[in-house]
Amino acid sequence: MTPVFHQYELGFIWPELLMACGAMLLLVIGVFMKEPKAYRFVLSLSVLLVAATAYFCIKSIGVNPQELFNGFLTINNLTQSGKLLVITGILFSLLLMNKSAEHEGFARFEVPVLLLLAGTGMMLMISASNLLGLYVGLELQSLCLYVLAAIRRDNVRAAEAGLKYFVLGALSSGLLLFGISLLYGIAGSTDYEYIEMFLAKNPVQDIALTLALVFVLAGLAFKISAVPFHMWTPDVYEGAPTTITAIFAMVPKIAAIILIMRLVSEPLALAVSEWQQILIFLAGASMLVGAVAGVVQTNIKRLLAYSSIGNMGYALLGIIAGTQAGMSATLVYMLLYMVMTAGLFAVILQLYKDGVIIEKIEDFAGLGKRYPVFALAITLVLFSIAGIPPLAGFFGKMVVFNAAVASGHIALAIFGVLTSVVAAYYYLRIIKVMYFETAENHVAILRSLSACFVLVVTLAVIAGFVFAPDHIFIFARDALALPAR
Amino acid sequence: MFLDYAAVFAPFVAFLIAGLFGRIIGYRGCQLITCFGVILAAIASMRLFLDLSLGEFEPRTLPVLQWIKIGNFDVSWALRLDSLSIVMMNVITIVSSCVHVYSVGYMSEDPSKGRFMAYLSLFTFAMLMLVTADNLLQLFFGWEGVGLASYLLIGFWFEKNSANAAAVKAFIVNRVGDFGLSLGIIACFILFGSIQFDAIFSQAPAKATAVFNFLGYDVHALTLVCLLLFVGAVGKSAQLGLHTWLPDAMEGPTPVSALIHAATMVTAGVFLVARFSPVFEYAPDALMVVTVVGALTAIVAATIGMTQFDIKRVIAYSTMSQLGYMFFALGVSAYSAAMFHLVTHAFFKALLFLGAGSVIHAMHHEQDMRKMGGIWNKIPVTYVLMWIGSLALAGVPFFAGYYSKDLIIESAFADHTWFGNFAFWIGIVAALLTAFYSWRLIIMTFHGAPRWQHAHDDHHHAHTHHANDDHHHDHGHHEPHESPPVMLLPLVVLAIGALFSGAWLYNAFAGTPHHAPAGQHEISTTEHHGDVASASKDAHHKEMTRDRFFGNSLHILPENDTVAAAHNVPKWVKVLPIIMGAAGIFLAYVFFMWLPQLPALCVRIFAPIHNFFFRKWYFDELYDVLFVKTSFWLGKFFWQKGDQATIDGLGPDGISARTKDAAGVLSRFQSGFVYQYAFVMIIGVIVLISWIYWRQA
Repeated sequence: MTPVFHQYELGFIWPELLMACGAMLLLVIGVFMKEPKAYRFVLSLSVLLVAATAYFCIKSIGVNPQELFNGFLTINNLTQSGKLLVITGILFSLLLMNKSAEHEGFARFEVPVLLLLAGTGMMLMISASNLLGLYVGLELQSLCLYVLAAIRRDNVRAAEAGLKYFVLGALSSGLLLFGISLLYGIAGSTDYEYIEMFLAKNPVQDIALTLALVFVLAGLAFKISAVPFHMWTPDVYEGAPTTITAIFAMVPKIAAIILIMRLVSEPLALAVSEWQQILIFLAGASMLVGAVAGVVQTNIKRLLAYSSIGNMGYALLGIIAGTQAGMSATLVYMLLYMVMTAGLFAVILQLYKDGVIIEKIEDFAGLGKRYPVFALAITLVLFSIAGIPPLAGFFGKMVVFNAAVASGHIALAIFGVLTSVVAAYYYLRIIKVMYFETAENHVAILRSLSACFVLVVTLAVIAGFVFAPDHIFIFARDALALPAR
Repeated sequence: MFLDYAAVFAPFVAFLIAGLFGRIIGYRGCQLITCFGVILAAIASMRLFLDLSLGEFEPRTLPVLQWIKIGNFDVSWALRLDSLSIVMMNVITIVSSCVHVYSVGYMSEDPSKGRFMAYLSLFTFAMLMLVTADNLLQLFFGWEGVGLASYLLIGFWFEKNSANAAAVKAFIVNRVGDFGLSLGIIACFILFGSIQFDAIFSQAPAKATAVFNFLGYDVHALTLVCLLLFVGAVGKSAQLGLHTWLPDAMEGPTPVSALIHAATMVTAGVFLVARFSPVFEYAPDALMVVTVVGALTAIVAATIGMTQFDIKRVIAYSTMSQLGYMFFALGVSAYSAAMFHLVTHAFFKALLFLGAGSVIHAMHHEQDMRKMGGIWNKIPVTYVLMWIGSLALAGVPFFAGYYSKDLIIESAFADHTWFGNFAFWIGIVAALLTAFYSWRLIIMTFHGAPRWQHAHDDHHHAHTHHANDDHHHDHGHHEPHESPPVMLLPLVVLAIGALFSGAWLYNAFAGTPHHAPAGQHEISTTEHHGDVASASKDAHHKEMTRDRFFGNSLHILPENDTVAAAHNVPKWVKVLPIIMGAAGIFLAYVFFMWLPQLPALCVRIFAPIHNFFFRKWYFDELYDVLFVKTSFWLGKFFWQKGDQATIDGLGPDGISARTKDAAGVLSRFQSGFVYQYAFVMIIGVIVLISWIYWRQA
């Protein structure tokens, strides 16, 4: 019998170990302290912990690819870069929640701990090289997120959102699990490498494989809220506290996208025609619904839900291309998407009306006059999301469209450009409301230093990207450099 | 050298300063700087004229700037100084100086004096650019520049709807003419390969037989070029057909009417044809058209002028009529006669307009002659000056108009063609009408019983929108009052011109050397210039003649030289215009002074004809139906049916509306019920499976 693991293998999973153990330690510490001291203390330690995790993650980029724990986990540039993105997202989330969680009334130490555990789950599912490992990691992060969505359990809307998320998430888990079982039934194993080899040896033209693919990708499409598995997104975004919405918008999607990238490039690499068809459908529908349905929204959180749906459509374009350049384009896109979302929430989380974070788009009216700096920041971020040069968002869109065109998906790319025009409407509308509409509103800024820090960093990326784009492009290219086995 | 440039650019600099920094230097500063600029230009122009009249002038072209150079298409800004442009420059700058100074007084109650002065200077500059142009494009620049300035000044009181409408009308009607002009420029470029004047003029004789093939028809090229250019001239000079804007342009302040719509801008068409005399000479058909159009304009405008009551409109129609004279002079190749009349007309018509302005000023902005009368002893200086202007206009001997108008009529007679004769008889009849309406104006305005006592109250209030409080206090007693010296002085200057310019300039514009018989000294253009230049050097003592004065800036074929031939017409031709003028004056006295009930009787008896004249031959009504209404209808059609319904409806509006509909549908899916969401997910899975299965099958 082979040993469960060798001790040296632990050296490769420092980030996961650190985060998991740190989270549990912080949980114990928190129990012995009183709120709100516990929240602040745990939050600060979490930030340090995440920073340390990021450090180990960066260090591990560039090492030789490894199979760990009898092929349960894989370490390569893509997984490590993906984890770095996830960790950055968590870091942004922690910095953003600092003050706003207190204002929104859920400043409990469990929140950062849950986020850390969700991060652990994400890192595991990114690294997994076994369908079961994937499932366990995915469920770990999902369960934490369900709880986070309903963290204000005394609030009807938040509780409803959490419950909806949970029920539909369970359904999607079921779909995923069913797909996994089909794959197991076809290949006789849950190991990525084994499945890949099996499909190489026995080209299956069976409906069973199609079914398996559809179910697996449907389960994952739920996580990235791709149409038609997006129905939860607007409701949950709206119902959950805005602080939590920010987390939903930024972090889990990155993990799920990278997971899809790994699945389609490793175990399912040979079933290209099938998964491409599925992803084209998902991407096209997401771009369309994300752009069109956002037009009539009046709630900024619902609007951002549709925005994220549309953005996932664009991100999928790079994967559909199926090339290395396409995958790295998706990585760039996700990075910029996360940065822009963080920047946007960094502003929104500091805007309050009657002690509550603003939710209505009309509440932005007059912001241009009263808080010109903030308004300018929002304007920059929104222009960037809308894809207006020379801001970063433009380049994100450009590289994914480029990849799609290069791989012959010209119609889809054109469709993407057209929907992005429609989507530009609702981004620009916010700017218009901000500068050209006046209202006797009582929006006030409750300044948060950490959120301002995030804002400055993200604005620097958004506005500065055009001057030094190579760093991010090289990062994304290296992440996809073929792992030398 | 500096002065030569200053003659053109001083008003421009003044315009820039007054236009851009008017608020800083104040209205007094604006008035000073613009008056200074234009007077400087006038002095510089007069210096050139002095050289010219002493025979010491060398025609020259001063370079300014390279403009466009594409392949062999080379256009530069340059000032072409020759006899023709110097005559025009003098007219423009002298009248403009008078008007500038006059405006200081006339506009003293207006709140935006600075803007007004800036516009005047802009106009002066554009007009100078037009006449000193060395190529057609620069001419076109000036042409459009004066059009712009005219638009701005007609609509100067932009709070008045009628002024805006008049400004727009002037601009649009001129567009028609400008379209012809631009086509003419293009045709020139096609035909001659250049739009440089020298290149065009030197090639014209060689191209005399060239044809354009258009839609299978062979069109005589020079005739086409000339007619197209003439269309531009018709628009700018308010000749019959495109004249409807000129009377309406009287909505502008009176100094504007004097400068732009009497003395200078409306004569740009005359200048254009005279400038292109080397080309027109080879297009006899075009000359015929010019003659007929000019003659018709002269008579139509005169008949309308007889019936109008607005003092400014009467003078406006008179201007149109006199422009008709100039054009038929051009048509019979009497270019120098046309230029002569242009100069004298500029003086006496500007005098009449400014005099009318003085009357209007005295009457507190009343322009209707029916509400004037009996004021000759209240404003004696204006009265005398108006007399001088009218005598010059009517062609009474030894006033300026006598020399130029008679020269035109004699030239037309000397042409010995059917259209020359036609123009001659029309000129005779129009001379009668001219004298008639001029004295009608004088008598109605200055004589008879005062008709202004009652009417006055309403109108005083009506004009307070551009009258400040000072005016109100000063003239609270409602008496007509003589204008201030700042307004009278320019009138005196112009009156001197109206009195003496004819006699002074007769030799230069019409003189023929006694030693050579008429018609034999005109040689081809290029050689001719050398002759004149060398002749002028050793012949200071010689008397001034037309050929020496104009050099080669005008070109007349020997057989067409009607001005020379005009000296040999029968005696009765020379006397007839004078008799007609005297008869017109006499009739006016009969009608309006001695038998004041006669006009009403005539109107009753000849009601249809009077109505026809009074309603301006129904040109406005006709154009309204033909062009304005149809344009509006077409515009509305394309706007509402074409743009809004079709392009917007299928394009932006339609797409955005459909997007909103789709968004509404999609958000209705978002019901909030978990089981529906789950249902959508399952449907999604089924659709995906079906889709892929179908693709594979």
